[in-house]
Amino acid sequence: MKFSKLTSGSVAAALVVALAIPVISASSASATSKTNYSKVTSASQGGGMTALANACKKEGQLNVIALPHYWANYGDMITGFAKQYDVKIDEADPEGSSQQEIDAAVTNKGTNRSPDVFDIGLAVAVKYLGTGTFAPYKVKSWSYLQGAAAVSSTGEVTPNYTGTMTIGYSGALGTITKLNDLLDPKFKGKIALNGDPLGSSAAMNGIFMINKALGGTFDDVTKGVAFFKKLKDAGNFILVNPTQSTIESGQTPVVIDNGYLQANVVKQFAAAGQVWKLFTPASVGSTYNMAISAWAPHPACARLWMEYTLGETGANVFASGGATPTLWVHLVKTGRASADGIASIGKSKVVAEAATAAQTAAARVYLKTAWPEAVGTN
Amino acid sequence: MTQLQYKGTGSANGGTGSRYWKDKTGYLGVLPFLLFSGVFLLYPTWNVVSGAFKDNYGKFSTATLSEVFNSSIARHAFANSLEISVKTAIFGAILGSLFAWAMSTGKPGGVFYKISVALSSVLAQFGGVMLTFAFLATFGFNGFVSTLAVKFLPNSFLAESAWLYGKTGLTVLYTFFQIPLMVLVFLPTLENLKPQWREASDALGGKAYEYWLRIGIPVLTPSFVGGALLLFVNSFSAYATAATLISLSDFLTPLEIATALTSETGGSNPAEAKVLSLFMVIVVVIAMALYALMRKRVSKWEQKR
Repeated sequence: MKFSKLTSGSVAAALVVALAIPVISASSASATSKTNYSKVTSASQGGGMTALANACKKEGQLNVIALPHYWANYGDMITGFAKQYDVKIDEADPEGSSQQEIDAAVTNKGTNRSPDVFDIGLAVAVKYLGTGTFAPYKVKSWSYLQGAAAVSSTGEVTPNYTGTMTIGYSGALGTITKLNDLLDPKFKGKIALNGDPLGSSAAMNGIFMINKALGGTFDDVTKGVAFFKKLKDAGNFILVNPTQSTIESGQTPVVIDNGYLQANVVKQFAAAGQVWKLFTPASVGSTYNMAISAWAPHPACARLWMEYTLGETGANVFASGGATPTLWVHLVKTGRASADGIASIGKSKVVAEAATAAQTAAARVYLKTAWPEAVGTN
Repeated sequence: MTQLQYKGTGSANGGTGSRYWKDKTGYLGVLPFLLFSGVFLLYPTWNVVSGAFKDNYGKFSTATLSEVFNSSIARHAFANSLEISVKTAIFGAILGSLFAWAMSTGKPGGVFYKISVALSSVLAQFGGVMLTFAFLATFGFNGFVSTLAVKFLPNSFLAESAWLYGKTGLTVLYTFFQIPLMVLVFLPTLENLKPQWREASDALGGKAYEYWLRIGIPVLTPSFVGGALLLFVNSFSAYATAATLISLSDFLTPLEIATALTSETGGSNPAEAKVLSLFMVIVVVIAMALYALMRKRVSKWEQKR
C-alpha cells in the first residue's frame, strides 16, 4: 500500500514476491468447519460472530501484507487482533504498494502464503472491481461507514480510513500560519514531499492540498504545481524522499505527508523532548480500502479481520493513530468515540475531501510532463 | 542370472565405469550454481524479455514496445541513466586504478594494505538509502559540513548544497561506491605486473616512460577497460540510491520501472516495466560481452605468471 516509504526493498521485494516458490498448496482450512467461509458475504450468513471467531481460531492464521506498524496505527491493530482472537498474523512485505499487494495475491494464488486481506488505495481498488480479485463481504457496521456504498454497493471493497494531508515541520522553525510562509529563505533546502505524484498517492494528495488552499480544484492542479515551482525556484523544495531517518535527523525538517504518518512523528519528537508541528492549509484526504482476497487461504480470519478493523474497536485504533476511520462520524454521533481518538483527530464530522479515481488519473496525465518541468532537475 | 552377469561384467568394466563417473562428478559441484542462476537469473530474464512482447493480459503485442521506444520521456530517462553510468564509470575507473596503484606499491600484507582492501570491500557495497543519508547528513542543506561551512566558509561550494540534490550529486554518490569496486577489480592485475619486466626493460636501456608505454599500459589496458565496463553496469542498474535522493519517476530508467510496477496513482503498467527492463538488458548484455572479451585478454597475461 505504502509506496511512499519506498526503499531499496520495493523493487527487490517485487522480485522476491514474483519468484516466491509456491510452498504447499493451501490446505483448505475451512473444510474443518461446516461453513465454507470463502463464499460467505456477511457474519450472519456464516452463523454469527462467535461462529466466525471460532472458525478463524481453527484456521489459526491470518496473512496480511503491506501494513507498516507506523502507518495508521497498524502496529496496535495487528497486536490487538492477534490477542483478542488468539491467531498468528503473518505480515508480508510491510513496505509494499497497493499494486504489489494484488500482484502477490495473484502470484501466490492457491498457496497458504497468499495474502488474505488487502489495504489498498482507491485507484488500485477501482481498477480491480468486478475482476474476481475480491471476495464481497459486508461487515456489520457497513451501513454506518461513510462512502462504503459509493465505492462498492456489494462490499467488494470497503473504505476503512481517510488520511488527511498535512504539512509537518520541526518546531525549531517557528510557526507556519499561511502557505506563503514556506517561501521564506529560512526554509531553504528544507521542504520535502513524500514521493513523486506519478507513483505515490501521498505526493499526489500533497499537490491536491496545496492546490485547493490556493483556490484550485481536483480537476485542475495548475495552481498547486505553480506553487511547487515557486518553492523549487526559491531553493526551498528538495526532491529527497523523506524517511523516518531523514526526519529524525533533521535533514527534511518540513514534510508534506499523510496525517496518520505525521501523528507518529509527533509522538517520537515529543518522546525526544522536541516539537513536531502540523499545518493543514486545506482539508484534502485520501481513503484507503479494505478487501478480502478471492484466493484467501484463511477465509474466516479474513472476514473476522474486516469486522475487527471496520468495527468500533478498529475505528478507535485508527483514530488514535491519526487516521480518520470511516465509522468515525457514527461513533461521534452515538458518543462512543474514544477519548484518545478525539485527542488525535478531533470530533470533526466532515471527512476530508478526496479526489475520485478519474480525477487522480487525469491529474497524473498532466503531471507526467508538468511536474518534472516545475520541480525537476536537469 | 541377470545379477550374476552384471557382477561378472562389472569387475571388468568397473575401472572405466567409475572413472567415467569420476569425471562427471566434477560437474555436480557446479550444479547448485547452475540451479541458482537458472531460477534467479535466467528465468526472470526470460520472463522480462518475453513479457516485453506481451500486453498486460498476456497476449502478443508490440504496442507497449513501440510506445516506450518512441516516448521522449522514456528516452530522456534512458539518456540520463547512460550519462550517469558512463561518467561514474570513467571517474571511478580512473580514481580507483590510481588508488589501486598506490596500494600495490605498498608492502603486500602490510597493515595499510590490509586495511585498504578491507575498506574497499565494505565501501563497494555501501549504497542505497544509507549512502544517500550519509551524504545528506554531511553535505545536505542541513548537513554537518554545510552548517559549518555556512559559518566559516560562506563562499565555498560546501555552503551551497544545491549540487547534491541533482545529477551532480548522484554522480558523486555513485562514484563513491564505484572507486572501491575498481580498486578490488584492478588490484590483482597490478600485482601481476612483474618486477622482472621492469628490470628487463631497464637492462635493455628502456626509460621509465618507455616501460609504461610499451609494457605497463598495454598489459593493464584490458583490465582497466574491463573494470570500467563493470562499473558502468553497476551504476546502470543501481536503484535505491537514486530513489531516495531524487523523487522523480522519470529521471532514470530504474526509477521508471519501479513506478510502472508500484504506482498508487493509476500508473501501474507491468508491460511497460518489462519493456524498459528489456532495453536495460540489451545494454547490459552488450557491456558484458565486451567485458568477457577484455577478460580473455587479461587472462592471457595472468596465465604467464
